[in-house]
Amino acid sequence: MKIIILGAGQVGGTLAEHLADEQNDITVVDEQAATLKRLQERLDIRTVLGNGAHPSTLMNAGAEDADMLVAVTDSDEINMLACSVAFTLYRTPTKISRVRSSDYLTQHQALFASGAIPVDVIIGPEQLVTSNIEQLIANPGALQVLDFAEGRIQLVAVKAVNGGPIVGRELQEIREHMPKVDTRVAAIFRTGGDTIIPEGATVVEPDDEVFFIAAREHIRAVTSELRQVDKPYRRIMIAGGGNIGANLAQRLEKHYQVKVIERSYDRCRQLSDMLEGSIVLHGSGNEPLLLQQENIENTDVFCALTDNDESNIMMSMLAKRLGAKKAITLITNAAYADLIGEEIDIAISPQQITISSLLMHVRRGDISAVHSLRRGAAEAIEVTAHGDASSSKVVGRRLDELSLPSSVTVGAILRGEEVLIAHGHIVIEANDHVILFLTDRAQISAVEKLFAVGFGFI
Amino acid sequence: MQFAMAFKIIGVLLILFSTAMLPSLFMSLITGDAIESAFATGFAATLLAGVLLWLPTRNISRDLNIRDGFLVTALFWVVLGLFGAIPLWLTPQLAMSPAGAIFESISGLTTTGATVITGLDNLPQSILLYRQLLQWLGGIGIVVLAVAILPMLGIGGMQLYRAESAGPSKDKKLTPRITSTAKALFGIYLLLTLACAASYFIAGMSVFDALCHAFSTVAIGGFSTHDASLGYYEQNPVLLVSSIFMVLSALNFGLHFLALQRRNIRVYAQDSEAAFFMTVIALATVVVWCLLLTTETLNLEDSLIHGLFQTISIATTTGFTTQDFSVWPLFLPVLLLMLSFMGGCVGSTGGGMKAMRILLIFRQGMRELRQLLHPNAVIPLKLDARRVQTEVISAVWSFFAVYMFCFVLIWLALLATELDFISAFSAVVATMNNLGPGLGEVANHYATVSEPGKAILCLAMLMGRLEVFTLLVLLTPAFWRH
Repeated sequence: MKIIILGAGQVGGTLAEHLADEQNDITVVDEQAATLKRLQERLDIRTVLGNGAHPSTLMNAGAEDADMLVAVTDSDEINMLACSVAFTLYRTPTKISRVRSSDYLTQHQALFASGAIPVDVIIGPEQLVTSNIEQLIANPGALQVLDFAEGRIQLVAVKAVNGGPIVGRELQEIREHMPKVDTRVAAIFRTGGDTIIPEGATVVEPDDEVFFIAAREHIRAVTSELRQVDKPYRRIMIAGGGNIGANLAQRLEKHYQVKVIERSYDRCRQLSDMLEGSIVLHGSGNEPLLLQQENIENTDVFCALTDNDESNIMMSMLAKRLGAKKAITLITNAAYADLIGEEIDIAISPQQITISSLLMHVRRGDISAVHSLRRGAAEAIEVTAHGDASSSKVVGRRLDELSLPSSVTVGAILRGEEVLIAHGHIVIEANDHVILFLTDRAQISAVEKLFAVGFGFI
Repeated sequence: MQFAMAFKIIGVLLILFSTAMLPSLFMSLITGDAIESAFATGFAATLLAGVLLWLPTRNISRDLNIRDGFLVTALFWVVLGLFGAIPLWLTPQLAMSPAGAIFESISGLTTTGATVITGLDNLPQSILLYRQLLQWLGGIGIVVLAVAILPMLGIGGMQLYRAESAGPSKDKKLTPRITSTAKALFGIYLLLTLACAASYFIAGMSVFDALCHAFSTVAIGGFSTHDASLGYYEQNPVLLVSSIFMVLSALNFGLHFLALQRRNIRVYAQDSEAAFFMTVIALATVVVWCLLLTTETLNLEDSLIHGLFQTISIATTTGFTTQDFSVWPLFLPVLLLMLSFMGGCVGSTGGGMKAMRILLIFRQGMRELRQLLHPNAVIPLKLDARRVQTEVISAVWSFFAVYMFCFVLIWLALLATELDFISAFSAVVATMNNLGPGLGEVANHYATVSEPGKAILCLAMLMGRLEVFTLLVLLTPAFWRH
């Protein structure tokens, strides 16, 4: 596929990296020559210097025969205009644009129609990050919560802790513990760096990061098998009242006790006008006195959501030291994410989340959800099986007959409204949504081929 | 001339007001009660004064400024109160002193309902009708003038209701221009009066009494055609009808307009002030019921109906009575008198400090408590999901302070006229909040209050009705300077 990426920043660069090794023809456009040079040294891609919204730049980048335009520059306006130019002049089939400002997003249906601003897919990183954190708070103990089938099926990452009934035992015992709950453990990442594709006899060890798939209503039960489940969270403290912090507070304040800390007094006033039940505090998340005054030791979750990575990390550590039970930290710089130790429970990477939703549109085949995991090493996808027994390599076969690479597990199947947790004897039918877990992203092309419909079908 | 516009308006108002004496004049002629000369003189004097004010100023035409606004509002009650007293003073059956007549007239026009007349049941219908009509006209004055002009003056935080304020308060504008707002509110007032009169009639009153009581109910006045007030009627439906219309009249007339326009009664629940007002009334009623029953003051049925009626009547500052509530266990009359400090909602015919101000003070108090717990918190004071400006809150506080200060001063002045402690206290509460009946000596009527006392209470009634500041501002030298 021929893809033009506008913007070689964090998201643009990571996306190029993801797609370059999947036999795509990638062109990256940016106004910074140095950034482009660095990218080109690393990856097998073409780069074009210039303003992404200029027709000439787009022309140089090969917009005439491009299949897709992904506009992820820093400016919403350039992104939208580039989509409009590409559509008007070159009839580019798929146009994806990142739009940060919620002002544009509140009216998105009227605004982003083909008669107005021709954008096919809007990626709003702030909205994505907000929903992500909201999910984590709704599922105590989870490191990651990813939605499939519009949230009916979820993939959850949990750290196994001594005291969980299944820890130190074989996975197949889960069935005996909870006969009514069906789940599938998709992968286990052990602290040493081992990746285990689990079988019935696999033993769960403490500190294992366990990924399992289950229907949403069963997530809590399965989590409680792996660790003594944290009580539902009640007190949330948010440091940083930017768009993410404000939106999060707005969504949480009905069900939780929310405090928002913000440095700017003017912004505090805006926030207090906007929020109904939350308490808005003027100050900074790295003032121990303020945190203590506001009862940090009884806070269930401390969310550091300012736009400064270093502050976020430091204030999360401080909050944990002062007694916060859990810290969720926004970290943009991928390099920092590796440094995170015990103090920070969950690091949220906006790029990772943005990339996931971009990948969904780039992948071949009928894909309705993609989640990039473990900093891009692993991936979980929801793919629809098409065709029939003669044209497809999957339809009409039992799961244990599929010729899947060893690092790929089938987690669950959505058939119409019904959620089926994967077991060897299940036969895939046409139009099933199959949820796959790839511990090695390199296998994605094998999966794409497997689900591709043969010539006989067309 | 600086206040030419104000004089022109007062002239017109006097000419209009003179017609208020015509129904009684006709009634007097029909029934032949021989007091037609009192009304005829009153009519002629008022009309003449009006024309004299209007003639020299009739060609002057410019926009009303804020000073004119203050003057017109204050003079409306003062001047009309004086001229309204003429027929009462001239009626031989009443044998009133000028102070008594002026007290009665101002009590009527400010919709207070305190009376110096006893033996109402034996008075000719023409004079009874005239008293009720005074209250009804006073009610129009409040609804139309106070709503159109008082927000412009921004007294005690009422800039909240300023017509030009932007945002979600657009709804409060009702209809864009002040004149059409006033017309709309007058329409509501008329509608409520007719509905109230019809309901009273159905509940068992005579046509004359139904109309007369509708006048004083919708105006939150409290004048009655009987010495026993509504206690004259033994039918419970009459008391229920009265309770319902007193509550309706104590709500913001703007809300009635919105509810009619949208055909949706949820506007009442969505309005913080109305919700607060209803909650306070409901809580107070329950407390009154409990006390009446536990102290065995009344039996169950009487406790329920009279407890409800009396709470609403006093809390809304109407001042109808069924029972002599002043002989109830002392806690109850004092509780009810205290409730009258709240009075009705903004934009209603009720008196007192208005539910809105009490609500803002209450919220401000809660805000302070929260601030103590969270010293760094930025806590806005919100009303209907909107931030209330600090200036509004401090205006409300100073209104509260000045109101209380004036209250104490008037009370002291009244004690100086040798009225006893509780009578003086309740008389000031009852007049300043435009309530009517007090306790002790003034529980039923004010006839025994001394002449200086009556004058002081007249001032209290005017102060309460004019939101204190409108009257006080006229006393500042700066007001009269060019």
